Amino acid sequence: MKPFQYTRLSTEDLSSGTTLRDSTILAGGTNLVDLMKYGVEEPDSLADIGKLPYTQIEESDKGLLLGALVTNADTAYHAAVKSTYPVLNKAILAAASSQLRNRATNGGNLLQRTRCYYFYDTTMPCNKREPGTGCAAIKGFNRIHAILGTSASCIATHPSDMCVALAALEAKVLVLRKGETIVIPFDQLHRLPGDQPEKDHNLEPGDLITHIQLPAEGFSEHFEYLKIRDRESYAFALVSVAACLKVSEGKIADIRVALGGVAHKPWKLKEVEKDFFGKEASTENFQSLAEQLIQGAQGFGTNDFKISLVKGAIVRALNNALNPS
Amino acid sequence: MNTNLVHFTLNGEPVEVAIEPWTTLLDYLRYHQKLVGTKKGCDHGQCGACTVLIDGNSVNSCLCLLVSLDGAEITTIEGVATADNLSLEQQIFIEEDAYQCGFCTPGQICSTIAMRNRAEINSEEELKDWMSGNLCRCAAYKNITKAARRIYEES
Ligand SMILES: Cc1cc2nc3c(=O)[nH]c(=O)nc-3n(C[C@H](O)[C@H](O)[C@H](O)COP(=O)(O)OP(=O)(O)OC[C@H]3O[C@@H](n4cnc5c(N)ncnc54)[C@H](O)[C@@H]3O)c2cc1C
Ligand code: SF4
Ligand code: FES
Ligand code: FES
Repeated sequence: MKPFQYTRLSTEDLSSGTTLRDSTILAGGTNLVDLMKYGVEEPDSLADIGKLPYTQIEESDKGLLLGALVTNADTAYHAAVKSTYPVLNKAILAAASSQLRNRATNGGNLLQRTRCYYFYDTTMPCNKREPGTGCAAIKGFNRIHAILGTSASCIATHPSDMCVALAALEAKVLVLRKGETIVIPFDQLHRLPGDQPEKDHNLEPGDLITHIQLPAEGFSEHFEYLKIRDRESYAFALVSVAACLKVSEGKIADIRVALGGVAHKPWKLKEVEKDFFGKEASTENFQSLAEQLIQGAQGFGTNDFKISLVKGAIVRALNNALNPS
Repeated sequence: MNTNLVHFTLNGEPVEVAIEPWTTLLDYLRYHQKLVGTKKGCDHGQCGACTVLIDGNSVNSCLCLLVSLDGAEITTIEGVATADNLSLEQQIFIEEDAYQCGFCTPGQICSTIAMRNRAEINSEEELKDWMSGNLCRCAAYKNITKAARRIYEES
């Protein structure tokens, strides 16, 4: 690992914002330290946020406020998450391993980087790691790569499970920017690669995620998080689906479908969802929603299978949500 | 020299050390403290051989920078029992023959201790998922699962 300067931040340090702008934020380190060992990230200085006070989960009538430093495990096992937001509980517990979830924080989970093999291999071209060098994945081995929202520069996916559930729930992200808190709707946090794949998200240098705000509606009656992967545990998603439904007399009152493993950000299209409000909650309608949601999907060779896989997964997730076992 | 001060307790003993910030907990344990019960398998969070307990929770010590553990209570396999008084988990691992070469065993045992600390684990499926962060190259999984189940039931 390349040597670096280390600062442990205190609440007082935050008022200026300077320390953060010039440093890379360290939370649990389960992604950042790994990338530093591979030489993919080589920060000159780390700002450890572990002592900052974002360590609580607070309930209010607006919903649930998750501190950025609460671990993934403590979030998943929190009583209100289990009872009100079971889709989030399920998504978090489908991720990584018990040890990683014990250490990984909510803020770090949101900003974890892609698992594209070429991004990790510093001997290979990669526009995300080194802009302008090319993308080794497009004509390479791309089994885990994106089929939606890709660009000629990058076909990486966002690897988080938690983010797929947060997208479906339409959470908001609270960010401290130059001493002020700004609120970012979840679908605007991450971005598509376009011609700037080095940018995973829309935050600015120095921005600190402090909380995730869950809305009051948690879809605790009709939900599913379906993760399809090479082994049943301790593996990233090939594709995943967070599905949330509200049903009234057999008709769809609300429907949310977010996809993981298929794009540079959790894939969700509000205008497609809205088309199905008031329609019958049936397999035929779920199939038609799946078709519309993945319209324009394109494989790159080894990941072609994802197109039919995700279609089936959407329908299965929605049927499971409709008829909880 | 580029070092930072960090305080923590290690197997019950208070420690204060000035350390290069890129030192992982795993390297500190093995190379500075000579506590070699904690193993280095992959060094990338993928195998669980380096599992230790921080404030009662199992974590991969290979991905923790020691400097970030200020104030933490760290317990390694050397700290879970005394030489002549094994912990419940160690005793059950022996009785169930839950290892072959033993390389993964310290990490497996730390995971079972952490499982007991998490009251939320209460089905066979959850127990298996909980233990899936510890790979066993000898594939002693059948008896590891048996031991983990017994540890769960007897606690
Ligand atoms: C073997 C392995 C398997 C895994 N499997 C899965 C899986 O199946 N599904 C899954 O979803 N994840 C998986 N993960 C990833 C894991 O979830 C992430 O590593 C973890 O969530 C990152 O959290 P952290 O607190 O450790 O972040 P860190 O590593 O500390 O930080 C990650 C990034 O976020 C930034 N950051 C952290 N906190 C903040 C903040 N508050 N504000 C602004 N920036 C911040 C950091 O600067 C860094 O760029 C796996 C990881 C490993 C090693
Ligand atoms: S897909 Fe993106 S991350 Fe992977 S090699 Fe191409 S540019 Fe790099
Ligand atoms: S050595 Fe830490 S997980 Fe393998
Ligand atoms: S007993 Fe040999 S690796 Fe598990």
